Amino acid sequence: MNGVHDMGGMDGFGKVEVEENEPPFHHKWEGRVLAMQRAMGYAGAWHIDDSRYAQETLSPRVYLAVSYYWRWALGMQQNLLKRGFVTEDEIAAGHSLRPARPLPRKLTPEVVRAGMARDTFFRQQQAHARFKPGDRVRTRNINPLGHTRLPRYARDKVGTVELIHGCHAYPDAVASDRGDDPQWLYTVVFDGREIWGADADPTLKISIDAFEPYLEPA
Amino acid sequence: MADHDHDHDHGAPLGEIQLRVRALETILTEKGYVDPAALDAIVEAYETKIGPRNGALVVAKAWRDPAFKAALLKDATAAIAALGHASRVGDHLVAIENTPQRHNMVVCTLCSCYPWEMLGLPPIWYKSAPYRSRAVKDPRGVLAEFGVKLPKETEVRVWDSTAETRFIVVPMRPAGTEDFSEEQLADLVTRDSMIGTGLARTPAEARP
Repeated sequence: MNGVHDMGGMDGFGKVEVEENEPPFHHKWEGRVLAMQRAMGYAGAWHIDDSRYAQETLSPRVYLAVSYYWRWALGMQQNLLKRGFVTEDEIAAGHSLRPARPLPRKLTPEVVRAGMARDTFFRQQQAHARFKPGDRVRTRNINPLGHTRLPRYARDKVGTVELIHGCHAYPDAVASDRGDDPQWLYTVVFDGREIWGADADPTLKISIDAFEPYLEPA
Repeated sequence: MADHDHDHDHGAPLGEIQLRVRALETILTEKGYVDPAALDAIVEAYETKIGPRNGALVVAKAWRDPAFKAALLKDATAAIAALGHASRVGDHLVAIENTPQRHNMVVCTLCSCYPWEMLGLPPIWYKSAPYRSRAVKDPRGVLAEFGVKLPKETEVRVWDSTAETRFIVVPMRPAGTEDFSEEQLADLVTRDSMIGTGLARTPAEARP
């Protein structure tokens, strides 16, 4: 969706402000939100793209106004409610009022201490890769209302395939509950002038990681 | 929730946020979805174990060991797994090398994708609107705010992390470090140098 989360190339947000010696968390609750999100992901409650999409569907005013982990909490709450893990009256009560919805597994301290690696996103290929490094491709001009990982600034632009990352779960399908729908994933590099016009910095190159359905031969 | 007007969340007072997060944890715990001890372990890991030192040691090894560097640039996940001692990384890590001809810089314009296992949690600026909006359009301007000025002719390559691939920059090795141990070299490798918004420190800069 063309939300405010898709920020690449927007103007007016000001300077990058660096906090020296920034702690991992500024408040205890931030760590709890991060940990709950990871635990629910491990449990199989929803996918990482569902978390992203929930945040993207927050009102733009909220998205921009709230802090990072509060945005996570709002997104998590949305997934908990939407998927029937928790109900509105339970949130109001601050307690469980009815039986849980079963989940495939539960995160234990032992699993965390053994070093939680991220999930793999590799999937079985469904067809041969359509493109190879060096191929010229044009990104599609798509404007879906659902989740996508093709940023607005990189739509309908001509670039070159640089890397192939194998077949991955396709976020656009995952976040609309259409399953993994595995797709080839490529790093596609664009000249800065293709993206920003003739007066862009001639030394600039920008790459995105693009799923095959985002691309057509140029 | 999704249908409500969220205005009441704007600048919600800390006390209210704490209460609401605590209530969520209570519900998830009572339902049996989460184990609070597992949550404690996750927080502890990010507070004490998982940080940019992991990445710095990998970069330092690459600087000293050409075979490891070649393996890292070819398949970072496999090369780091072969080390055994470093923290486990996911399947999709890509290492990219800075050279005199090309400076690499990593962003996630859509959210906050970042190589957690190598660098820890991303700093606030990385997740902020100014960085996410400007890194792809005016990277030299962003670099200037970080005190980095590159030669005019150097290619600036920005990697937008739009999928599950994660990128770590191998900065250029500073001069005058030929005799340095891996530990000494790792002290020169800053977090920002592995994101691409900084350069590795010189031995003079690192001296206390």
